[in-house]
Amino acid sequence: MLRDITIGQYYRADSVIHRLDARVKIVGTILYIISLFTFSSFQGYAVSVLFFGIMVTLSKVPFSYIVRGLKPILFMLVFTAALNLFWTPGTTIVEIGMLHLTWEGLYKAGFISLRLILLILGSSLMTLTTTPNQLTDGIEHLLRPLKYIHVPVHELALMMSIALRFIPILIEETDRIMKAQTARGADFESGNIARRLKNMLPILIPLFVSAVNRANDLALAMDARCYHGGDNRTKMHPLRYQGKDILAYGACVFYLVVLGIIVRI
Amino acid sequence: MSIVLQNVSYTYRNDGNSVTQALSDINLEIHKGEFLAIVGHTGSGKSTLIQLLNGLERATQGKVFFQGKDIYSKDFSIKELRSKVGMVFQYPENQLFEATVIKDVEFGPRNMGQDTLQMELNSFQALKDVGIGEELLDASVLALSGGQKRRVAIAGVLAMQPEFLVLDEPMAGLDPVGRREIFALLQKLHKERGITIVFVSHSMEDAAEYADRVVVMNQGKIVLDGPPRKIFCYEKELERIGLGVPQATRLVHRLAEQGAQIEKDCLTVEESAAAILNWLQG
Amino acid sequence: MKEAGRTKSGKGNMIESKDLVHEYSRRDEDGNITGIIRAIDGVDIQVKPGDFIAVLGANGSGKSTFAKHLNGLLFPTEGTLYIDGMDTSDSTNALFVRQTAGMVFQNPDNQIIANIVEEDVGFGPENMGVPTQEILKRVEESLKEVGMFEYRRHSPNRLSGGQKQRVAIAGIMAMRPKCIVLDEATAMLDPVGRKNVLGTVLRLNKKEKITIILITHYMEEVVQADYIYVMNKGKVALEGTPGEVFREEGKLEECRLTAPQITQLVRKLRKANIPIREDIFSEEELIRSLLLFKKNGR
Repeated sequence: MLRDITIGQYYRADSVIHRLDARVKIVGTILYIISLFTFSSFQGYAVSVLFFGIMVTLSKVPFSYIVRGLKPILFMLVFTAALNLFWTPGTTIVEIGMLHLTWEGLYKAGFISLRLILLILGSSLMTLTTTPNQLTDGIEHLLRPLKYIHVPVHELALMMSIALRFIPILIEETDRIMKAQTARGADFESGNIARRLKNMLPILIPLFVSAVNRANDLALAMDARCYHGGDNRTKMHPLRYQGKDILAYGACVFYLVVLGIIVRI
Repeated sequence: MSIVLQNVSYTYRNDGNSVTQALSDINLEIHKGEFLAIVGHTGSGKSTLIQLLNGLERATQGKVFFQGKDIYSKDFSIKELRSKVGMVFQYPENQLFEATVIKDVEFGPRNMGQDTLQMELNSFQALKDVGIGEELLDASVLALSGGQKRRVAIAGVLAMQPEFLVLDEPMAGLDPVGRREIFALLQKLHKERGITIVFVSHSMEDAAEYADRVVVMNQGKIVLDGPPRKIFCYEKELERIGLGVPQATRLVHRLAEQGAQIEKDCLTVEESAAAILNWLQG
Repeated sequence: MKEAGRTKSGKGNMIESKDLVHEYSRRDEDGNITGIIRAIDGVDIQVKPGDFIAVLGANGSGKSTFAKHLNGLLFPTEGTLYIDGMDTSDSTNALFVRQTAGMVFQNPDNQIIANIVEEDVGFGPENMGVPTQEILKRVEESLKEVGMFEYRRHSPNRLSGGQKQRVAIAGIMAMRPKCIVLDEATAMLDPVGRKNVLGTVLRLNKKEKITIILITHYMEEVVQADYIYVMNKGKVALEGTPGEVFREEGKLEECRLTAPQITQLVRKLRKANIPIREDIFSEEELIRSLLLFKKNGR
């Protein structure tokens, strides 16, 4: 039942984008998303769609794979589009009962949908080409300055990484416990909300016990492997910018500049 | 009175969008009164197979009948099936959740709609059957030892008064004597309460010693099915799928291959020893 | 006894325990001590460098508590324990003890920290502050040693139990230990996984001269050990070579252990006055002895 859920949707391929430093991809994605909110013109969208297209081609991730990322927000997409289509005042094209489809609405709905789509696809491209580990590593590095105001950056990154490791295990465990209780006649589907919540206890309690036990075990295993916090730790894959990363930053800047010029014209 | 799987297949979709066939075209009839072992490697499909028996998983193809009734038909009560075919998962102690032993055991019978008196009686009897003494009825589940927890979990299924008891590796993680105790319990339930036992294992030794019928699975298919003595004639086939026969049986087979005039039909250490002595003194 | 630095003691043994005692206190809900449980009760064990030692015991015999002392995860209540000459109760030794005696635990899932095999193997060396180039070298070597190199970029979630345990062993090997403690590391595995893990540690023992402490309740796993300690109720109930230990049928039964089928067969045949050696553990050897006996008559 819960087998379908996947966390961290990394797509394995050997491409320039895959090999880029995670920090470039994080910063680049953030810049790209911000850029989407700075304009609403055909020319602007042409540039950002083109830029995204180039990135997808370079990444070697099949387009169909990337589009799949839209599935969860499909409803939201249709809803906002419909809202804008019919509720924007302007020159009417057709009238269906009390609904007025306007040219202005058509533009607005198109732009907003496109913005949303690019936003989701852009961040999907990042998670598809960066392993969860590289992501946490990248975030840890980018947030490193926060250490000076006593934010435990290393610990937070490690927590994230451990969470990523154990989410699939706990999902499987939930599945197993659910089945075991179902076999004892438990019912998770009927009754009102209060009743259903109460019916969840036979799953939640064993799951909680198991999570605590696992945490205990893991803490011992980390101790046994000389873990003693982030001090004096070395890195197996230290993040170091290389030529291609600098070039990638350059590409981002180039995109922003072109966008700026096109939108001004 | 039986469970019948007819041309059953089970496939599921992986997250890479590939499809895995866990079971393909299984035909199996489990008769009432049997002590059945399902033996196979991790990934052979044996755990999936047993989850079909009480409708926890639904076959993607084929039919499952319980006492002649199609369990996938609309008017079939799947809840009743689950009380008749009790399922004990691997490491069942991990499913305990109530504060006290007796309350946890009562969870199943209560869900099945037994009235209070019935439920209390059945739970009490089930705990007695698995050898948990009265003094532990109100004890916290957390205070029990590992072996005791497993017994309580089995009692939780027994209290539903199942006719079939299906167990997925009931001896996993136990020490040798703990294993023996669990099997002694299953034998008692089989003999005294007339409960049909189906257990999953990777151990041919356990199958030889306790089961009266062995179903061998490999890559989602049933490759051998019969009484252990018959199964062990196919030593080469068993070896090829990495299962083999018990050490004592294999030893006798090897001796026979080396030309010894020896009785090959040996299930246990006792039988093998007797056969060897017979041959040496004959 | 506590001295600064790492004073060597323990007569050149890899492990040397003397009158080791460990007590837990059991508490009620208010935190009052309601009882004291002696999990280990006066254990004396000596292990020479390069040995393959087995500690056998049923569930609750104290063998796992003992294992956790070897790695400095638990400390003696009484008595002493030296690992490669270091006193484990001296907390300044903790990191050195853990580097010297690496530990593989029972549950394969709960000891892998990273999301990619090779990064998990690198976790120990990273903690020890080993330079990057050296980590990469060690990770590659260790993964090759346990036969998991081709899985280096895989997620641990996709591996079988036996493969996960071999990754865990590689993670320990990358710390360059002198000794590996396997704390019931085979208990949750299927027969194939168990065989592969055992094969791996045996090879490390023979090839790399790593001292192995195998803690288990499966007697068939310990027939190749140099020396066996059998624990029961916190004490060493029986010790000796496999031959010496396996012969003690009654004592093993008391310790809730059973011998492998070959051993049981040998015992039964010897009882019937068939003159075969009692330290026969393999099928081939028993067949050879029996055929020889049959040929020569009595």
